Amino acid sequence: MARLEDMDEGLASFLRDWQTPDVPGNAWVTPPPPGERRVALISSAGLKLPGDRPFSEGSNDYRAIPAERAGDVVMDHISTSHDRTGFHHDVNIVFPLERLQELAGEGVIGSVADFHYSFMGATNPNEMEAKARQLAGVMKADGVNTVVLAPV
Amino acid sequence: MSGLAKFLEDEGLATTLIALVRQQAEDVSPPRALWVPFPLGRPFGVPNDAPFQTRVLKSALALLDRPSGPILEDFPEDAPADPVADDGEGWVCPVNFPKPVAASEGEQLDRVLAEIQELAPWYEVSLGLRGRTTVGASGLKTEDAARYLASFAADMMTQSPLEGVAVADALRLSAEDIKAYYFEAATAQPGSGSSEAVLQWFWFETQAAVLIRTLRDVCITSKDPAIFDVGDFMLVDSLGDSPAPGMSTS
Repeated sequence: MARLEDMDEGLASFLRDWQTPDVPGNAWVTPPPPGERRVALISSAGLKLPGDRPFSEGSNDYRAIPAERAGDVVMDHISTSHDRTGFHHDVNIVFPLERLQELAGEGVIGSVADFHYSFMGATNPNEMEAKARQLAGVMKADGVNTVVLAPV
Repeated sequence: MSGLAKFLEDEGLATTLIALVRQQAEDVSPPRALWVPFPLGRPFGVPNDAPFQTRVLKSALALLDRPSGPILEDFPEDAPADPVADDGEGWVCPVNFPKPVAASEGEQLDRVLAEIQELAPWYEVSLGLRGRTTVGASGLKTEDAARYLASFAADMMTQSPLEGVAVADALRLSAEDIKAYYFEAATAQPGSGSSEAVLQWFWFETQAAVLIRTLRDVCITSKDPAIFDVGDFMLVDSLGDSPAPGMSTS
């Protein structure tokens, strides 16, 4: 259903004509074995906790979400083109931290990071570069070596 | 997301990502991407279906075991039918509102406040059932969010009710909270319809939608580009912009 042919024509043609910004680089990191992977989630859904600063049009920064507060997130994304009803029912459809914690319990990954993050995705990725690189340092300080990124 | 993945990988973190728009992942070519054929807004498929969500997540994680890349793989399953409701057609919200009709600004706000009050018991049920809420982006009580939107729609002079938050963002967040409140309350009722049916109800049966459309019409007359943009594309989605069911488009 995120197939362009299944979308309403206005949105499909917007996405079809979207000029994806060129993002240079082709780095490849070999991750540690599964049992040693400490994983953080990053969503581009504009998630934040109630009371956090809002995102705005063009926001290039992130909000930090402590793992124990993952169930409290609200969505602050400027676009009306994506469905929010699944998120209203179950945040795991966008931010599956409970699923990640279950996989850690089963040994599929080593552990779940203490903090997870969200950007507001309707921003040129090159505008996010400085914040992303800064965030990489923050995550490493949390012992993170593996990141799962999910759009909305 | 694909761009972020490249920056993080360049900093020494292994990344894997979900892609909803395949073409964008093809264009940016992140190290590892799993394209999923789900609607925008649902990167892990369906709500309240943990096994399905887990399959998506495990498939994305499995890309980390590949020796080289970049990898763009397709998830092989479509999302199953939404398990929270299977009777979308013809759903009628049991909390019955009068049909939206033209009203003065004060009357319109009163009607929205009455709707919020009528839905309150079901919003409370939702809180109990879900143990959480997605209402809260603005930090305002839902009634105050409605008052703020109505006030701005009336005179465009109203200051932001949120300290340090621009008017444009306060308007957008207030509208999001109202939508989330209505949706959570409506879907907590017995026999709730599909997401599509509830959205249809919201946009065509509620005074809150009338208020949000009025706000949209006011915002797009603003000379403030941020407020104009809110009206232009951040308040009303394509469903809310479509003709009401049963109305001729000709």
